[in-house]
Amino acid sequence: MSIINVNNLKTHFRTDEGIVKAVDDVSFELRDKEILAIVGESGCGKSVTVQTVMGLLRCPPAIIEGSIVYQGKELVGMKPNEYQKIRGKEIGMIFQEPMSAFDPLYTVGQQASEAVSVHFNLDTHSIRERVIKMFEKVGIPEAEKRFDEYPHQMSGGMLQRMMIALTLACEPNVLIADEPTTALDVTIQAQVLNLMRDLQKETGTSIIFITHDLGVVAEIADRIHVMYAGKIVEKASVIDLFDTAKHPYTQGLLDSRLKRNLKGQELPYIKGNVPRAFEFPQGCRFNPRCPYAKEICMREMPPDFEIAKNHTVACWLYDGADSK
Amino acid sequence: MVSFIIRRILIMIPMMLVISFICFFLIELQPGDFVSQYLENPRISPEQIDYIKANLGLDKTPMERYGMWMKGIITEGDFGYSFAFKRPVTDLIWERMGWTIGIALVTILFQWLIAVPLGIYSALHPYRSGDYLLTFIAFIGISIPEFFLALILMFATGTSGGLFSPQYIGAPFSLAKMVDLAQHVWLPIVVIGISGLAGLMRVMRGNMLDTLGSPFVNSLRARGLPEKWVKRHVIKNALNPMVSIAGMELPNIFSGTVITAIVLNLPTMGPFFYTALMNHDQYLVMTFLMFIALITQIGNLIADVLLAVLDPRIRMS
Amino acid sequence: MKGKTSNRVKKAFFKHKLGVVGLIVLAILYLMILFADFISPYNYTTTNRDFVYSKPSEIHWVHEGEFKGPFVYGTKKERDPVTFAVKYVTDTSKIYPIKLFVQGDKYSFWGLWETDIHLFGIGPQKDAALFVFGSDRFGRDIFSRTLNGGRVSMTAGLIGTLISVVIGAIIGAFSGFFGGWADILIQRLIEILRSFPRIPLWLALAMLLPPTWPSTAIYMGIVIVLSFIGWMGVARVVRGMVLSLREKEYVLAARVIGQSNFKIVTKHLIPNTITYLVVVSTLSIPGMILGESAISFLGLGIKEPMTSWGLLLKQAQSLSDIQAHPWLMIPGLFIMIAVLSFNFLGDALRDALDPYRTVDKI
Repeated sequence: MSIINVNNLKTHFRTDEGIVKAVDDVSFELRDKEILAIVGESGCGKSVTVQTVMGLLRCPPAIIEGSIVYQGKELVGMKPNEYQKIRGKEIGMIFQEPMSAFDPLYTVGQQASEAVSVHFNLDTHSIRERVIKMFEKVGIPEAEKRFDEYPHQMSGGMLQRMMIALTLACEPNVLIADEPTTALDVTIQAQVLNLMRDLQKETGTSIIFITHDLGVVAEIADRIHVMYAGKIVEKASVIDLFDTAKHPYTQGLLDSRLKRNLKGQELPYIKGNVPRAFEFPQGCRFNPRCPYAKEICMREMPPDFEIAKNHTVACWLYDGADSK
Repeated sequence: MVSFIIRRILIMIPMMLVISFICFFLIELQPGDFVSQYLENPRISPEQIDYIKANLGLDKTPMERYGMWMKGIITEGDFGYSFAFKRPVTDLIWERMGWTIGIALVTILFQWLIAVPLGIYSALHPYRSGDYLLTFIAFIGISIPEFFLALILMFATGTSGGLFSPQYIGAPFSLAKMVDLAQHVWLPIVVIGISGLAGLMRVMRGNMLDTLGSPFVNSLRARGLPEKWVKRHVIKNALNPMVSIAGMELPNIFSGTVITAIVLNLPTMGPFFYTALMNHDQYLVMTFLMFIALITQIGNLIADVLLAVLDPRIRMS
Repeated sequence: MKGKTSNRVKKAFFKHKLGVVGLIVLAILYLMILFADFISPYNYTTTNRDFVYSKPSEIHWVHEGEFKGPFVYGTKKERDPVTFAVKYVTDTSKIYPIKLFVQGDKYSFWGLWETDIHLFGIGPQKDAALFVFGSDRFGRDIFSRTLNGGRVSMTAGLIGTLISVVIGAIIGAFSGFFGGWADILIQRLIEILRSFPRIPLWLALAMLLPPTWPSTAIYMGIVIVLSFIGWMGVARVVRGMVLSLREKEYVLAARVIGQSNFKIVTKHLIPNTITYLVVVSTLSIPGMILGESAISFLGLGIKEPMTSWGLLLKQAQSLSDIQAHPWLMIPGLFIMIAVLSFNFLGDALRDALDPYRTVDKI
């Protein structure tokens, strides 16, 4: 059962240097109660994708085409005041840099209460209680005291928990986490990931988890989508991806992780650079860097080939290998 | 916080001492003194000039006079004697102080009441015709010389300045007098305030645009806050740094009052200062400068305190 | 990379249409004052008792139905039959065409050669005058005086800014670089000086200039007075820049190599602050022009026979003067236009050279 169904989504930006196709014909679904990870390097379009889903982009300069369906409602082209009702209450979002996600002039308690008050008709006292309870749930010590503190008084890890608490206090069905652990120390990272996993089990929220860190993905995700240059190149369950990654780019990503047994050897890497958004190559966007590139790869964009249940690859190598 | 204020006030004391020193020697260095105007007059004999000099204490050395002046200030609050007006300086300044500060405060209020909303409007509808128009007016506002604007407004309205029509000068307090005051005082307020207002508006606009581009704004929207609530957050963040600007504007406002008061003939310290300056009325000039410097320091202190009150990050450091 | 940066700067500057307008207007103004003597129909000191307080001359093109090109009517003296006061009335029988390259008052072109050719005028006439902006209480042509006054108004601010920027940069750089008690002392001093409002301080400083000095000496004196306040802002900005640059890696590298402190300041720190200095300078000039105008307006600045726009406005101080002779206010327009142009230019330069507003944040 899919909660969010994205079909042929395109988010382009009009700039002085040309049209930037940040998200170019992307389709995927978020299933009920699952954690879906979208993985890719900087600039591949993963953040823009979820920002489009949240309706946070200004159009113009953004141009959005395609369809995003949430519980039967079409989000693309939705009026701003209706979109506002969906944000926070139905789909929540947490951001990479917790310190930049809070208004520095208000206490965390005030901001959390403010968010709750928009979505629930409760009196001030009840809101305060609910927020404090949520703070406790995410593991913040002395939650009542913390309620009256300002963002700059807290560490990154603590603030990120606050953000999770704030967002979950509004009881959304979907949580979008845009690189929530990237800015945190490794030990704090592990704590926050565990927290998210536990909360998800408890509340049944579906999560879209954006990251560039494959290690994080292995820890937390059910399914993984790999993005490159504005397109999704591979979709698989977490086990299938790590065991049998099919797309050359995914393989390259997995190979370039640092492993103990590489000591003393030249480290593997994907040669070449990620293309700039207005200089995409013809055909498959990965072809200049692909060790298996064929003639057709440089001419035509590969479609999605379903090579197993729940495993698709957008690569000409698998043409004919799909179940069709 | 309280210790912060006390520390600042304590620092002001040596600063004022240095300021008094600077003021004194600034005036000392001027060629000539009060009796110079009599030197050319054939009807006043040299002996009379010497007598006047001794009487006014002008025959002593600079250091002696400075010492006497300081002693007078510290022990008796006596800031000297005005040669031209033949009255203690403190009386003269006290009389005029009220109007000067009053007009300055009203001007600041006027500036803020207009500049902040216009700046917000400009930022929320940027690069459209309203924004361009306001920007253009702002540029003219900061480019026009105050005294020139005063002249133009005088010409346009046919008034020769002053705060009251002749029949209300010295008249007792009444509603009609207030109305008359309002009819007169708008002119100096506009003249003095216009350039600061224009600058303030531009800064507010810039702050708003900067804040609108901050990451937390996206986060606010992601929480599902209605756009009006988001705007409130943005405005508060944009307004904060403006407070210290207001503090720094204070000397400029006093500057403005000086020239405008001379042109428009206002009962503030400006024309006084000018006459005193021309007459080498030493103590009046020095005390006036000192008072203005003091008020500016106080203004800056108030601005810093306000900033700490409004911004928790500063309050806690 | 250097080429790319200067291209980006040029592109950013020209995008700012107002900045370009400002640049053009300033170029025109500076050309005007360069050739002030030539462009003015009269010398700025020429008095004319017969034409005291004339309003701007009416330039006619058609006389009795015939097109004659631009010309001015003559005037003749008449006695008012009732009051017996002398009046000047237009005498339409005398026509004085406005010609180019006419003979007029003798003048010296920047001390290089003597000539008496003016760009336009009606030539030396007894009963007519071409006063484009009217005349003042001595019958002097305000247009000519405005052009000449521009020399002072447009240069005093420039030179004053230059001096204050140089002084401010040096003080700020050494203050920021060496730190310690010298830095603290300078900072306190600047703080104290800044609590004085500008105009009263300028006036008090202007009083230091002995009234017996000749005009040119007073001019230099005023320039120095103006720069007295400007250097503080520059010093603060430069000090801030130096403080942040001092910690940068290439300074550390220079130190390790053993470059002397003086060399470090002059070869590394100051060149990197040049762009910001340009921005700060252009932003200071308007204040200086307004300052000189204000001081001269109050009679404490430029002295006759030199003149400036502010000094010209001094004649228009009272309501009766303005109502009777409103054309006396015209030099004020010039002040406004010059300052406005510098403001446009400064804004455009700032967007081009300092888009991240580093200068503001210091």
